[in-house]
Amino acid sequence: MQRLRRSWERHWYAWAMVGPVVVVIAVLVLYPLLYGLFLSFTDANEANVAKNIGANHIPATFHLVGLHNYWQVLSGADGHFYPRLVWTIVWTVGCVAFTYGIGVGLAVLLNRPIRGKIFYRLALILPWAVPNFIGVYAWRLMLNGQYGVFNRIIGLVGIPGQAWLDGETAQKVAVIIVNVWLGVPFMVVALLGGLQSIPAELHEAGEMDGASPWQRFRSITLPSLRPVSSTVILLGTIWTFNMFNVIYLLLGQNTTGSTDILVTYGYNLVFNGVANYSMGSTYGIVVLLILLGFSIFYGRRQLKEEQL
Amino acid sequence: MRRALIAAATLSALALTATACGSSGSGAGSTAAKNPGQVSGTITYWDTSDAKNEAPAYKALIKQFEAKYPKIKVQYQNVAFASVEAKFKSAAQSGKGAPDVVRTDVGLISEYASLGYAQKLDGTAALSDKGDFAPGAWGTTQYKGATYGIPQVTDTLGLLYNKALFKKAGIAKPPTTWDAFIADAKQLKARAGVDGTYLNPDPYFMLPFLFGEGADLADPAKKQITVNSPAAVKAATTAKKVADEASAKIDFANSYNNMQAMFKTGKVGMVIQGPWSTADDYSGSAFTDKANLGIAPVPAGSTGKGQAPTGGHDLVVYAGSKHLDASYLFTKFMTSSASEAFIAEKNGTLPGRTSAYTPTVLKQPSIAGFQAVLPTARARVALPQVGSLFTPLGQDYTKILQGQESPQAGLDHSAAEFKKLLPSDFTIAK
Repeated sequence: MQRLRRSWERHWYAWAMVGPVVVVIAVLVLYPLLYGLFLSFTDANEANVAKNIGANHIPATFHLVGLHNYWQVLSGADGHFYPRLVWTIVWTVGCVAFTYGIGVGLAVLLNRPIRGKIFYRLALILPWAVPNFIGVYAWRLMLNGQYGVFNRIIGLVGIPGQAWLDGETAQKVAVIIVNVWLGVPFMVVALLGGLQSIPAELHEAGEMDGASPWQRFRSITLPSLRPVSSTVILLGTIWTFNMFNVIYLLLGQNTTGSTDILVTYGYNLVFNGVANYSMGSTYGIVVLLILLGFSIFYGRRQLKEEQL
Repeated sequence: MRRALIAAATLSALALTATACGSSGSGAGSTAAKNPGQVSGTITYWDTSDAKNEAPAYKALIKQFEAKYPKIKVQYQNVAFASVEAKFKSAAQSGKGAPDVVRTDVGLISEYASLGYAQKLDGTAALSDKGDFAPGAWGTTQYKGATYGIPQVTDTLGLLYNKALFKKAGIAKPPTTWDAFIADAKQLKARAGVDGTYLNPDPYFMLPFLFGEGADLADPAKKQITVNSPAAVKAATTAKKVADEASAKIDFANSYNNMQAMFKTGKVGMVIQGPWSTADDYSGSAFTDKANLGIAPVPAGSTGKGQAPTGGHDLVVYAGSKHLDASYLFTKFMTSSASEAFIAEKNGTLPGRTSAYTPTVLKQPSIAGFQAVLPTARARVALPQVGSLFTPLGQDYTKILQGQESPQAGLDHSAAEFKKLLPSDFTIAK
């Protein structure tokens, strides 16, 4: 108490400065989060929540159901959670591995004196500069089975047109390719920054000792990139895990549902027909917990590695 | 400006009191009915018609309305048909940004009404001369014995075909059964060098297959889920056969647009489509001569009777509207016989009112064609959850068409999902 008062007396201006931000975060983040958490313990849906619309006053008739929703989800009783989770993990690991791998490769290529460096860098950042839903629509047009540019091109060499988005596997490959295309620029930019902070002496010393380029890459470049890499991989994982646009917009409405990741499935629960708020919130909270768990685990491991 | 605001506020307060009276059964007392010229305010209208082909006619009609009622301003917004349900419901529930009047697919009326979003229109100025509405269209506005929408356009699915391609393939008349449909498709491929059809994998377009076998999604009276009945499985089997043997390769992500693009440029011979698509068809190279577009009832299944769902759009007044009187007048105007005839002439869609089928309207070849098809229309199951049912059905239908699931397994899965979405007293029919 004493300490708190002293802190207030000495730092009142700091509290005053932080105050508005705290209020805004409480209103924008905390309140919806807590409300979502509350809904996940109920059986609320669009038909039984309270409504006061003009002359229609409908009282709330939903009930608390405790952990029932979580049990439905985690026991697999709803029949959707585990298939969606497995695909979400495959999708996340696939996308992050490819974006990171390609990102490192391109960053290394660009981090040396070449002619037209500015041009290459601009070209690589382009997918990032385009709003991602526009990028996704452009891909949808290019992959079109009847009118897409890819079929036009392979048609020129006599290969019959393919249905690029037909069937589960094809659709899964397509969404990963598009997401990698969208994700690479961020990786390149972040990793280029990391590469430029590696002292040139290290490479020179390696060269003097007769290390091959591959050895230098493995023993100098990659370890020096680790702080940047760990951050971009963490961010990439969280973004990809929740990447709604690519899945939802690339494949349209006529899907088998097996390409849905956890967030798009949760969205469908709330935004198709009579909204199921309770299950939608439960999925939201479960996704949050998974990502929170992953971040903590990942952060700890990273810390340990640095201490070694 | 300020005075206008005060006046508007007073009037809307008056309007609210008036509707409070209206709901107790004396709707004739409202300003809209007594003194329509005095109603004022700004209302927002969400239109879901095709922004390029259909919207101009609706905008012209709104101009006419504003000229007739100078005190009412209408803010027109075109909202994509595919996203209007989610948009309207979230706005309607929070009360923020909701329109006063929204053009609503007939399949959504029971959902909006049951959730309290739609204003009951019996006894209001919005509803006039109700005996004039076509019975099928009128039926879509009813929920638990009350009226929650006013029919603007009605439609059903029909078989649209390219007469020139039929002639080239030596087919004398459009097929009346799915078997003949598949045979004709093969003949089109062999003799005219085009694909027979482009099957739309959207679950709504599965309904003619189901209805043709006498099947449906559910039976609300018996509280039974019937989507996996033997008749429904037979319907899905036929659909799969059409996809495999009669259709161009389906691009599931772009099916609707590709179907339209191929049909209107003469690359497929026939499609199952509604009257709303004809304006787009006529803009294509295959139908510069409008007479080339043939319209026939959807083919029949083993019942021998081709049937398609009643579709179309009703105008719904948002229950939370601050300008109910203006909204009623607007709805009344937009659904008057003259307005519906005007829209029909411009867009080639079918009016909900029988008196709007004037000789000039019937000169429109698409309307004349579809008017003959309209008797084959049949109502969809009137359940508030019907919109939710189409999600699992669509996913299983896609799996069936892609060959990932057999028709029986796919529809069994749909039935199990329906069980979760419908009230708990519904059972899966044996």
